[in-house]
Amino acid sequence: MTHKNSNWDLSPAPESTGHISLNDHYGVFIDGEFRTPDHGNRFQSINPATGEVLAEITESSSQDVDRAVAAARAAYAGEWSKMGGRERGKYLYRLARMLQEKSREFAVIESLDGGKPIRESRDVDVPLAAAHLFYYAGWADKLSYAFPNRNPQPIGVAGQIIPWNFPLLMAAWKIAPALATGNTVVLKPAETTSLTALKLAELIQEAGFPPGVVNVVTGHGDVGAAIVKHEDVDKVAFTGSTEVGKLIQKSIAGTNKRCTLELGGKAANIVFDDAAIDQAVEGIVNGIYFNQGHVCCAGSRLFVQESIHDQLIEKLKHRMGTLIVGDPMDKNTDVGAINSREQLATIEQYIEVGKQEGAEFYQAECQLPDAGFWCRPTLFTDVAQSNRIAQEEIFGPVLAVQTFRTVAEVIKKANNTPYGLSAGVWTDKGSKIFNMTAQMKAGVVWANTYNLFDPTSPFGGFKESGFGREGGLHGLSAYLDI
Amino acid sequence: MTESNENSGKSDRLEVLKTYKMYIDGKFPRTESARYYQPVVNGTSLGNVCLASRKDVRNSVVAARSAQAAWARRTAYNRAQILYRIAEMLEGRSQQFLDELIRQGMEADSAETQITQSIDRLIYYAGWCDKYQQVFSSVNPVASSHFNFSTLEPVGVVFAVASRDCPLLGLISLIAPVIASGNTCVVLASENSPLSAITFAEVLATSDVPGGVVNILTGRVEELSEHFSRHLDVNAIACDGLGVDLNTTIKEFASETIKRVKIYHQEWSAEAAANPYLIQDFCEVKTTWHPIEQITESGASY
Repeated sequence: MTHKNSNWDLSPAPESTGHISLNDHYGVFIDGEFRTPDHGNRFQSINPATGEVLAEITESSSQDVDRAVAAARAAYAGEWSKMGGRERGKYLYRLARMLQEKSREFAVIESLDGGKPIRESRDVDVPLAAAHLFYYAGWADKLSYAFPNRNPQPIGVAGQIIPWNFPLLMAAWKIAPALATGNTVVLKPAETTSLTALKLAELIQEAGFPPGVVNVVTGHGDVGAAIVKHEDVDKVAFTGSTEVGKLIQKSIAGTNKRCTLELGGKAANIVFDDAAIDQAVEGIVNGIYFNQGHVCCAGSRLFVQESIHDQLIEKLKHRMGTLIVGDPMDKNTDVGAINSREQLATIEQYIEVGKQEGAEFYQAECQLPDAGFWCRPTLFTDVAQSNRIAQEEIFGPVLAVQTFRTVAEVIKKANNTPYGLSAGVWTDKGSKIFNMTAQMKAGVVWANTYNLFDPTSPFGGFKESGFGREGGLHGLSAYLDI
Repeated sequence: MTESNENSGKSDRLEVLKTYKMYIDGKFPRTESARYYQPVVNGTSLGNVCLASRKDVRNSVVAARSAQAAWARRTAYNRAQILYRIAEMLEGRSQQFLDELIRQGMEADSAETQITQSIDRLIYYAGWCDKYQQVFSSVNPVASSHFNFSTLEPVGVVFAVASRDCPLLGLISLIAPVIASGNTCVVLASENSPLSAITFAEVLATSDVPGGVVNILTGRVEELSEHFSRHLDVNAIACDGLGVDLNTTIKEFASETIKRVKIYHQEWSAEAAANPYLIQDFCEVKTTWHPIEQITESGASY
């Protein structure tokens, strides 16, 4: 049975792509210029919704990384670290404004390259990226107010490695605080989503930043490893999987490199029987199906108080039936394409595991496009705490539902995970909210809301979800010697 | 008449030696391994000191974990008073610490300074217990209708390797900021100078510090480093004054569970060595989002 009333289907509302400018191929951005390395190694960046090739991207060599780090070092030793905070801030302000001016182009490219719905790129990723730049721009000449009784100093060259789920936003999260505090940057975007980072490099060039302040090298994991291990990199900032985070932490153990890690999660989203149920259902959907579930802080474990379980699941299934899955470029689309063939295979494997473990499987009925990578919003009920789908990060639109009776029980279950990035709590009672948010071993806790982000709001995890914060005053310390 | 030796001078009386045991869960057990070592100062043995084992590490982490939630739930005011109480008890025992620090090879002058600085350091951090939160927390002006705030929470269980060369002040300079925020800890005392650490445990035991909040082991860091740095229930590690190789090993093992590792090479007698950033080193920032309804006298807006 489908819950969608076919008489009320929305007509397609596609965003046009004619206004964007993309090259056939991209070099690396080093010392203020795009350079095509002699080795000529490239790979294709495809549109995961169609399989079409968007552009060819450089597979950087270790020499390319060396050059990028050298350029960043020279820029740090030269103009950038000596420049007054106010002037540094003005560069960032300028970049924020130019990103706002070109926001439509960035949103379209982000959706083409990554598969996320244009509504999300347009309303979340790009505006938030600009907001981050604007926010940290203002800190550049105010750092002494952030750390009482200290004289904070920049660290040097920051190597920054970012994931494919929020490509431009993560670039902004990394670059903005690093530059505001007077460091220089070598950035590596994820191999499936390099385009908006390269477009951002064009913007940095256009904004007239001193050469070498930001360098962008593209490629696969070994390029990231070369940055991490480079002896002239002073600080490593990584957002990605816990597995890779551990490798990074280990590989720099013998150095004095500073490090911040923003890693995986398996967040508990907890609904009490006194919650506003329809509002909670919206929050659950936003928590797990936003960005196809490719969100480290996704509310992938739903805990429902037993007395409202059946009612809530029925409403949730109904809501899942109204989600529009498909063309990311359609402004009506709620759930876009899975980012890559590999990630789709991982998600499908977990769905099989969930079925084999005996959880009850449900998927929303919806038409999927023929080409590209897709996964229907998926629900597992009757999940046991020990099930892999309740323990491991899937990074897809797959929700694992468990029940609870008492507050003490749900606190124990929710915290029983090596992760600790985020949590959600839904209840109408204020004192219960503050008890629950205090009890959650997680860096970000949303009460009666979910998956909200803001440049002023520190983000980051407890336990194996990493260390360090991004955003807000607390995000500055990752890039300063205090 | 009593026998003559009962009233005679000290020289005839057999001194009662103190057995230095470890401090775990508020009790003073010997090492479960029944092993010992003998630190030697200027050719003289300090006595038979417990040589802690892997099992002792594990037992003390269990004790620290069990005590952590309740310690963190204490009010900041209460933790402040307990830290102050430690200082009071230490002051009262100054003479004993003086004797021991001298036995451990320290000059009388420096020993005296070390004791007074240790007392003052406890009072310094006692004062921070109910103040650091106001210095490091924030209310964040998000661009939506939410009350958004970030506060510090204790990271959990901390394993600390205390200074070898600064046996009392170095120990206290790590313990005080760690427990001020509600963490519990296991501390490995200076291998060469462990006596004052165990006597400090006696101070803790009589200072209203709940059992398990501070646990003190004696032994060899080289032997124990793998066990505490790989332990799944240790959240953070503090190392003071270790060599590069040992720090590297500890950091490598710590990466298996993304532990926070803080490396110090502090001159603890310096005024600047005491500061609230050490408290922050063992805290997590938690950010909470809470919706705000938007209704004013002129009506609602969302």
